[in-house]
Amino acid sequence: MTIWWFVLWSILKVLVVTVVLLTAVAYTVLLERKVVGRIQNRWGPSRVGPFGLLQPLVDGAKLFLKEDIVPTSVYKPLYLLAPVLALGCALISIAVVPFGNPEVAPQGFRIFQISDVNIGLLVVLGITSIGVYGIALAGWSSNNKYSLMGSLRSSAQLISYELALGLSLVGVVMLAGSLNLRVIVESQAAHGLLSWNIFGGFQFVAFFIYLMAAYAETNRAPFDLPEAESELTAGYHTEYSSMKFATFFMAEYANMITVSCVATLMFFGGWTSPLGNLIGPFQNQIINAILPIFWFVLKVFFFLFLYIWVRGTLPRFRYDQLMNFGWRYLLPLAILNIVGTSLWLALKQ
Amino acid sequence: MNPIPYHWQYLPLLIQIVVAFGLGTSMILGSRFVGRHRNSKTKLAAYECGVEAVGDARGRFSVRYYMVAMLFILFDVEAVFMMPWAVIYRKLPEITGSRFFGFWEMIVYLGFVAVGIFYIVRKGILDWSLDKADL
Repeated sequence: MTIWWFVLWSILKVLVVTVVLLTAVAYTVLLERKVVGRIQNRWGPSRVGPFGLLQPLVDGAKLFLKEDIVPTSVYKPLYLLAPVLALGCALISIAVVPFGNPEVAPQGFRIFQISDVNIGLLVVLGITSIGVYGIALAGWSSNNKYSLMGSLRSSAQLISYELALGLSLVGVVMLAGSLNLRVIVESQAAHGLLSWNIFGGFQFVAFFIYLMAAYAETNRAPFDLPEAESELTAGYHTEYSSMKFATFFMAEYANMITVSCVATLMFFGGWTSPLGNLIGPFQNQIINAILPIFWFVLKVFFFLFLYIWVRGTLPRFRYDQLMNFGWRYLLPLAILNIVGTSLWLALKQ
Repeated sequence: MNPIPYHWQYLPLLIQIVVAFGLGTSMILGSRFVGRHRNSKTKLAAYECGVEAVGDARGRFSVRYYMVAMLFILFDVEAVFMMPWAVIYRKLPEITGSRFFGFWEMIVYLGFVAVGIFYIVRKGILDWSLDKADL
């Protein structure tokens, strides 16, 4: 009997979270256009709805109604599979992210986390790796020189920076002693701001490695080589039009949100308050349940804003600089961070 | 006691995977049925900035991409080996009775990794802008 309720509850959670995630994706696009607009001293979208707030809906409808072109020279099965893979992988990893206090669980049904598995971090890293297939297959199956070049570059970039990304998180795993994202956050909950891994755990080097690797992982400026317009037209999605293009676009922004969530969970204490126990826990149970979500969303929003800010500020790397930076600097630095953290932990005990 | 057994936690993950791929598929399929389709030979040709595409795109490409992919497999396996060690690291002093056991174990391992990185850097595989890197 319980299992059917559990299945039903899970389906409900999955649907709600996916819808919220897609809405967040749409409005991140609007936020980006607005903020980059202001950085470049113009308004950004301002015509559709108040402050351009309805722009994402109109964009979505437009892309959906556009003509769906499948060029004659493409290899069709893989050409159609690639965007599905890209979007699918981008949407999966949100399942293990705890976005509120998971202790709020009437009768064992957790509200604020879809799936509390012990390998949460590995799921995120693994699913991100599978996302490379979407890009590689898109470029190859398009049978277009720009697409192939873009996807080759992109795949090489993604797999290079994935090493630094994975290694930078090892320090945090050491501190928490678990791969479960909920446990990792709870290990930072003791004294608010001071016990977050970036400050209390001395993981700021790891955090900067993670941040740079994450920007490269999501193909964002200053690492947006795969879609360097001036040399590659549009990179791996040159041959994609209509909703197929929108799928890649949504996958990119969904990945940004996932990466921001993971940064928040690993280094910035997830849903915990920066003030620790100075304020709260409150008498009112509803405030106790809602406030962690507020902190979590605030931190994720900060990272998304940082993404846009960096895009509006920094120029693009050259390709050889990019590969050099990843292999020669970030990778050894990540290894040094592991050595440092393990030495510190050994001395502390 | 929590009435939900641990292994059931994988079920929502499975549902999420189904929903995510289902959503992607339905979007691609949906746009095939919505919107007009008026094709011509030129429109369906490969888009290479208005110039007619010459030959096939799947020609030869730089071997360095292949080298990077191979190095990735090597180093990613090494990174994965670090995860179990990292999870158990703080418990190692109790288990082994020595404070630095886990540390020295990993130093030896990381030493091999570092030699690997040093080797590939000296070998010139990462020199993307130099001709000597054309292996």
